[in-house]
Amino acid sequence: MGIIRTEKLVFEYIRRDEEGNVEGITRAVDEVDLDVKQGDFVAILGHNGSGKSTLAKHINAILYPTEGAVWVDGMDTQDESRLWDIRQEAGMVFQNPDNQIIGQVVEEDVGFGPENMGVPTEEIWARVEESLKAVGMYEYRKYSPNKLSGGQKQRVSIAGVIAMHPKCIILDEPTAMLDPNGRKEVVRAVRALNDVEGITIVLITHYMEEIIHANRVFVMDQGRIAMQGTPREIFSQVERLKELRLDVPQVTLLAYELKKSGVDLPDGILTAEELVRALTQVYHGQNDINVITDPGTEEPPRRDRSDVFGLGGNL
Amino acid sequence: MLRDITLGQYYQTDSVIHKLDPRVKLVATICFIVSLFVVKSWVGYVVAAVFLAVMIKLSNVPFKYMVKGMKAIVFILLITVVFNLFLTPGETLVSVWRLRITKEGLQLAVMMAVRLSFLIVGSSVMTLTTTPNSLTDGMEKLMKPLKIFKVPVHEVAMMMSIALRFIPILLEETDKIMKAQIARGADFESGNLVRKAKAMVPLLVPLFISAFRRANDLAMAMEARCYRGGEHRTKMKPLKYAARDRAAYGVLAAYFALCILIRIYL
Repeated sequence: MGIIRTEKLVFEYIRRDEEGNVEGITRAVDEVDLDVKQGDFVAILGHNGSGKSTLAKHINAILYPTEGAVWVDGMDTQDESRLWDIRQEAGMVFQNPDNQIIGQVVEEDVGFGPENMGVPTEEIWARVEESLKAVGMYEYRKYSPNKLSGGQKQRVSIAGVIAMHPKCIILDEPTAMLDPNGRKEVVRAVRALNDVEGITIVLITHYMEEIIHANRVFVMDQGRIAMQGTPREIFSQVERLKELRLDVPQVTLLAYELKKSGVDLPDGILTAEELVRALTQVYHGQNDINVITDPGTEEPPRRDRSDVFGLGGNL
Repeated sequence: MLRDITLGQYYQTDSVIHKLDPRVKLVATICFIVSLFVVKSWVGYVVAAVFLAVMIKLSNVPFKYMVKGMKAIVFILLITVVFNLFLTPGETLVSVWRLRITKEGLQLAVMMAVRLSFLIVGSSVMTLTTTPNSLTDGMEKLMKPLKIFKVPVHEVAMMMSIALRFIPILLEETDKIMKAQIARGADFESGNLVRKAKAMVPLLVPLFISAFRRANDLAMAMEARCYRGGEHRTKMKPLKYAARDRAAYGVLAAYFALCILIRIYL
């Protein structure tokens, strides 16, 4: 059994009118089965209102299932006596960096979790130092959070979670309010945690570029899991993703369009390098002219092309 | 720009007073204020003035910062002085029309003015040398005994420090909303008081909504990080008395004893 497991998880929001009468019931999460193994990097994708955040809040026992069950490291989230163990083992990072930093100084905020857990003072300091170093924010330990950029604040939030020594971290759209640079910083920090510390990561996002490094991807739609597989498997189904109103990374889209027009490319190309390699192979493999003069494979519009290669260093 | 706002009036520098435990400073401020009302003779005020002057000197904070606090109470000070001056019965010194200045009145007015200004300057020494944060910590620790009477000491301290953290954020948000409204033709400047107050409504409504949303988010984030009130909680920066704090308590006790002696014998 994996570290996070859900079985036929259902969660319903009850909408009420002003008098408190039930107006209707919305099923935010609908019979979701999830099994995440220790050390995995799992991404959950979905457009707004697909139920991905609601699902995330179940893992940290902030919400409780209407039907079905959630287990974190073998503990049922509905078992109140284990509540604090669950919250310690499954740390959570939220979307808005300003609304989750409690301390007035970076190091105090990182120490907040361990303080709540009753960790002795000297160990708190050791944990704070180690977590700030893990996200590369140690030099900023004396700063006021108000003076940091969005990406830095989000890294402080992540450090605050690491200081509790969790087995897994759930990140609920941690990059949604950040600029591209901040997004890169955060994704890099998250990947390092997974690679170096072996912490299980559940990354919830709607930015496709961020899921390329995941082991497994779940795509949610209307509360259900609509697709699952490796990033490559997911991205090879461009039409299906479009149906689910998700943006495919530009490189993948370009490769897909080229393939549709007759260029012999493999499925699910994820990075610019891969596309360049595949294209060179095609070019050398066929006796040149064929590819270039084929009217169906004319150069894509200029703008797209420069974008594609601009993306090269992105992730 | 708003992010750099300094809360309270903490003056960053290095001094003995800055390094003292916030609890010592809180107790000292209270003792000093009490001492101002204990002494009744001029000798007592001289002692208090000397004590205050030494503290100011030790704190390394420029004197003009101390006086800044006085601006806020100039009006109250004036009223107190005027009332005491004219309305105290006693031996008449000067009399203009129906107003009489008495000897006792003059004495009382000067005394009240000295008391009030010492009081303000004295508490300024504390707020200028202690960060709001450690002040909250100090209060929490000092008030701990009140827990027996079910006073939620930890919760109040937590609320205070969260408020301190969110003031700059909410100020910035106000600024943003204001600019957004101005861009769409709102007028916060002109008109009389009623009109200006009315213009604030479209500013306050979104501000309150966003503040509540933030509060909700923050509560969730705190719970997710195992926050469950003051019990089981350890401190990252526990307050510990050092040798200098004990020395400070000694000095304070000596000063207070002197004040009481002056009251009894002079």
